[in-house]
Amino acid sequence: MIQLNWLLTISGVLFAISVAGMFINRKNLILLLMCVELLLLAVNFNFVAFSRHLADINGQIFVFFVLTVAAAESAIGLAILVVLFRERRTINVEDLSTLKG
Amino acid sequence: MLVEILFFVFAAILAIAALGMILVRNPVHAALLLVLCFFTSASIWLLIEAEFLAVVLILVYVGAVMVLFLFVVMMLDITVEQVRARMTKYVALGGIVAGVVVFQIVSVVWTRNLGLEVTASAVPHPATYSNTAELGQVLYTQYVYPFELAAVMLLIAIVAAISLTMRKRTGLKQQDISAQVAVRSQDRVRIVKVQAERPTAPASAEPAAASAVPAAPATTGKAP
Repeated sequence: MIQLNWLLTISGVLFAISVAGMFINRKNLILLLMCVELLLLAVNFNFVAFSRHLADINGQIFVFFVLTVAAAESAIGLAILVVLFRERRTINVEDLSTLKG
Repeated sequence: MLVEILFFVFAAILAIAALGMILVRNPVHAALLLVLCFFTSASIWLLIEAEFLAVVLILVYVGAVMVLFLFVVMMLDITVEQVRARMTKYVALGGIVAGVVVFQIVSVVWTRNLGLEVTASAVPHPATYSNTAELGQVLYTQYVYPFELAAVMLLIAIVAAISLTMRKRTGLKQQDISAQVAVRSQDRVRIVKVQAERPTAPASAEPAAASAVPAAPATTGKAP
């Protein structure tokens, strides 16, 4: 059967890949949002693995809520992205410096 | 044994798809590779008997969120070169950070063991076990208040997303519902009393035709 440390390792690898993706794609807002989704998936992996290992269903409930919050976050994030693109004609992060003093 | 082989195959696919997602130049390809990541994760969750969450992951993420991402990627007219202009500058830094993260997690998980029996595998559930039923029993009793809060939060997300992206277009022919409802009959119809016209004395040349003409009825004049 699948061991807990295999699951934790693949989750860690996934987390690291998405963190590296944030560095690599730091210009493009939409790829940053995708990396956030991958990051949340890696975290959910840990919850599911520990829930299975400890035979505690509460971890899976937490994954359920994390999925809900992530869906709402991506919907609002993409809406903001669309409004931003409509106003500025760019989604390059470096061009979005209006709040810079 | 088959389960372990499947797990390693899926884990390899997952890692390769995630690497491809952060490295490809085209955002559409990145979104599709992310879909592959979610599918593979759902498969692994099925292997460790979290069936409900696997199905929810496919329904919510692949069915809704990633389709939304694809819509937005295709709606925004961005050129690939403009986005990936100087990306090679950060590859080394990102690789170093990722390597450190992997090293830390692997060292914690494989050497310290978190005080848990990490190499032990969970006992498989019997065939009559229903993950969905067990989740539902906890979700609708112990977690019913957070569940309602999550529903309200989704509603807020809907309202926020719609109100953010909705815009008034000029030169569009559309109904003004409140003006239609607020209108009164006095504003639209004006009843005009018209004096009834008496038929004049019939001419001697055509007496039959004149008698056939009836009296003019009172007409209601309508405001334009």
